[in-house]
Amino acid sequence: MIRQDFNRIDPKRRNTVDYRKKQFADPSYKETQYPHSLSFYAAPPTADITLEQFEQWAIDRLHVLAELEACSFRNKSSAETALHMKPLLDKYLPLDTNSSSSQVFAQRQKDHYSHFILRLAFCSTKDMRQRFSRVETMLFRLRFNADDTRERNAFIGSLNLDWETVSDEEKRQYAAELMATVVSSFGKKTHQSIDDETFCKIDWMRVPDLVESRKVFLRAGKAYVPSKEQQSLVVTEFTARLEKALELTARARPDLDEDDRLSPILDHLSKSFVAPDSKYAGDSAIEGAEITARNIDNLAQHFPMCMSHTHRTLRRDGHLKHFGRLQYTLFLKGIGLSLDECLTFWRQGLKKKTEDEFNKEYRYNVRHVYGDVGGDSNRRGGGYSPFSCQKILTEHAPGAGEAHGCPYRHFNMESLAGLLQASGVNDRAVLQGVKEDKDKQKFHLACNRVFEHVHRNELKRAKDDGVMTAAQLEMIVHPNEYFKRSFLLKNMGKVSQSQRDGGGGDVKIEE
Amino acid sequence: MPHSVSPVTEASPPPAIEMDEPAVADTAQQPIGDDIAMTDAVAIADAPQAEEVVEDRDAEKGEKKETSGIKLEDLFTGDSDEDDEFPNAPAKKEAANSPNEPSSPSEFDFDPSELTASDPALLRSFYQRLFPWRYLFQWLNHSPTPTLDFEHREFVFTLPNEAWMRYQSYRSSDLLRKDVLRLMPTRIDIGPVYSTNPRERKMLQNVAGFRPLSKELCFDIDLTDYDDIRTCCDKANICNKCWQFMTMAVKVITAVLRDDFGFKHIMWVYSGRRGIHAWVSDRTARNMDDSKRRVIAGYLEVITGGAQSGKRVNLRRPLHPHLVRSLDILKGHFQEDVLEAQDPWRSSDRAEKLLQLLPDISLRDTLRKKWDSSPGRSSSSKWADIDAVAKTSAGKNFDAKALLEAKQDIVLEYTYPRLDINVSKKLNHLLKSPFVIHPGTGRVCVPIDTRKFEDFDPLSVPTLQSLIREIDAWVEPEVKAEKPVQDWEKTSLKPYIDYFRSYVNTLMKDERGVKVKRERDDEGDSMELW
Repeated sequence: MIRQDFNRIDPKRRNTVDYRKKQFADPSYKETQYPHSLSFYAAPPTADITLEQFEQWAIDRLHVLAELEACSFRNKSSAETALHMKPLLDKYLPLDTNSSSSQVFAQRQKDHYSHFILRLAFCSTKDMRQRFSRVETMLFRLRFNADDTRERNAFIGSLNLDWETVSDEEKRQYAAELMATVVSSFGKKTHQSIDDETFCKIDWMRVPDLVESRKVFLRAGKAYVPSKEQQSLVVTEFTARLEKALELTARARPDLDEDDRLSPILDHLSKSFVAPDSKYAGDSAIEGAEITARNIDNLAQHFPMCMSHTHRTLRRDGHLKHFGRLQYTLFLKGIGLSLDECLTFWRQGLKKKTEDEFNKEYRYNVRHVYGDVGGDSNRRGGGYSPFSCQKILTEHAPGAGEAHGCPYRHFNMESLAGLLQASGVNDRAVLQGVKEDKDKQKFHLACNRVFEHVHRNELKRAKDDGVMTAAQLEMIVHPNEYFKRSFLLKNMGKVSQSQRDGGGGDVKIEE
Repeated sequence: MPHSVSPVTEASPPPAIEMDEPAVADTAQQPIGDDIAMTDAVAIADAPQAEEVVEDRDAEKGEKKETSGIKLEDLFTGDSDEDDEFPNAPAKKEAANSPNEPSSPSEFDFDPSELTASDPALLRSFYQRLFPWRYLFQWLNHSPTPTLDFEHREFVFTLPNEAWMRYQSYRSSDLLRKDVLRLMPTRIDIGPVYSTNPRERKMLQNVAGFRPLSKELCFDIDLTDYDDIRTCCDKANICNKCWQFMTMAVKVITAVLRDDFGFKHIMWVYSGRRGIHAWVSDRTARNMDDSKRRVIAGYLEVITGGAQSGKRVNLRRPLHPHLVRSLDILKGHFQEDVLEAQDPWRSSDRAEKLLQLLPDISLRDTLRKKWDSSPGRSSSSKWADIDAVAKTSAGKNFDAKALLEAKQDIVLEYTYPRLDINVSKKLNHLLKSPFVIHPGTGRVCVPIDTRKFEDFDPLSVPTLQSLIREIDAWVEPEVKAEKPVQDWEKTSLKPYIDYFRSYVNTLMKDERGVKVKRERDDEGDSMELW
């Protein structure tokens, strides 16, 4: 290879300066403009801000995101969430439309910068990236829906997504057909005439799920997407781009490790972003509980419905399918079953498998889950963390013959009632309550309702005695939390019993 | 599995392809059977070749792909195009000969109608003289000159002994024809175009280099799927009454493909016995991956579940425009071809099925009483009764809308196309080639002109035996045509081949417009191959 000598003065290329020199010749950045209140956050910020601003803005955004995530855990509908978030957004992260405020630039700058700061803080692990892009997407969707229609359309226009807006003429031509898709996508008639709705034309291959479920009108290979579905298109695009950008950030992040001003702030930020779902607080060993393979059947009375269902299925069939095993193993790990005990448990549980089959096909998976084998990061991280309700509810809906998932969500009402009754929940009012919760998609509520019913006596006593603080009686959003609380409550009964019987041992209840 | 044949390595026998008459006469005198078919295949094999022969196949369509796992070592695929004993333009040569043929008194010293459809002698004449190789080539190749679309296309042969040969591919229609004549398959299936030549797949270093790239979007409809609603026939039998289900299916699906997805090149092919296939050859359709195909399948799917699962149509309201249109198309057929021709609810146990589909329990009871008192009431009357009874005995909380919707669902359940959806979902699903002879019925799998679909009669499709007779019976017209008459033009296959040709021509015309650049690429590739 012949290296080009950039310093040579070539009479024919007199103007060519060394590109390296040129690049740094004049470090003047283009002032960032914020024409729309919404943003895909394509370009990183370049202007200077103070360290205080750096930290404060990030914390403000974090407030918003954490609250937003909490809303999703509580299964709030989008309208409820919007209502709940309004004051918070106004306080921490106001974002006004073009016309309404003189603060527009400052607001948008803060939004822009805080987003990128948090990107830096949450890019390091895959879990954090996923979580960050999930909540950012929620925020984006919330703002997208709240935005002024005209400005929203201008924003969509600026994205350069190759859409074509359907002309009024064409809309009238296919009025009947388009109407059918609008009504069905809203569930009820919200538009009296087709003129109120905007459609865009897009190649059908871009919106395969809408086509497959017959939610859009198709004509000559073009899908006519109503504005309601356009939102999902834009949001999908937002998420896709953000995820890609986060990976890039993760790769560039190590450059920052040397920096002793920002790194501590970023570390601190990423640690403070702990929501109920992220992990089950690890002190898994519960004093006084004998957590062994032998004792699982006995402990199963403290399991939430999801786990007692998998447990029953395992005992009934002598087998569980993959996701069932995964979910259940993690739960067992969470309640403090050691790896050896867990292997024993599965060896005995998978009755139909020969020793050989077990060793070949199942042993490794259990060990992997515990972080005993596998890649470096898996072993260092101690395997996977137990599934939260959020994860069980949203990922991998169970198919035929599978026993994982959340019974409150994935069962129909009849099977659920059967399961509950089999577990000793016969109270009509509770069952009715569960049914209502289920219909409203408040699966947590249903689960907690059952918990409260099953432990009603113990809870009452605990409250009376003041043993448990209010914080400890918050809504359960993790199966392991369910177990822990259930075990403590029931055992509190036994403990006091034994005390009354003169057992006299000074047993302290762990918190 | 009885006749599994491991690599058939034949010692080079005399080049018998062109001398069909002695060969034909030879076999005709022998008893007919599988063994003969094999000897015959061996006798005409012209080049020493080791072919991959797959074990006996299961008759099940769905299982085909799995069979590919059982492969014998694919040795050299001797490129037989180099030997010149077989001229490269046999069609022309034959065409030149053809005027003389009828004058030779006993071309066949047997009566074709006495022979079965898989008779090797008849089959050979068919492949040799009637099968439209050139148009088949152009159809798959999308251009008059060979491209990778054809060269990398998989063909699958079912040999007379039921053995199954996968991953055959050819550079030109002549080579394909020649190999077919050598092997005399009773059935030819067409697979996808692969990323490399299917014959060379074993030479690749990594398996990932061999994957299906494109195939026509296909649909398969079988009348057996209508067994729970047709009363005239069942299983493999068909008649003109139940064939109407196919007419409805074709109308609905063609409308979807044309109007909704904007596909232009849709060909329907009679499958030879009780079903039809559709081939969509638009470039965008061919290049769709499995997920896109699944989307189309899902868009079309309305009837779910098996015969046991109760109400099989459960649609969201308001109906999607495509379903509104389908309902419009199907309404007339429902009255005529279902209620009157099929009369599906005449017996009381069948009528019970109808009652189960109605929403209102009191309405069901009233109707049941009424129908029990007059057994043998026709389906049209029963259908009319539903509205009449609903009107007179409607209670306070009777939901007229629910009844209307239930009736719409019933119409769809009894008329809407029932696709064998797996054929459409997979890029690498095999489907029987057009113009192949159905071994059971002897009928040719002819393409059907959709404009005249209503006139199509599956029972009068030319059979192998009738075609051979027709060639024999053909008398040269007084006024000699300018061009020599091709054999197929002498038979009742002519309209079908004419239609196929015009279809292929429009397809090629459309392809030419868009692929100037691509063709250059292809040339580059084939240069390397040579």
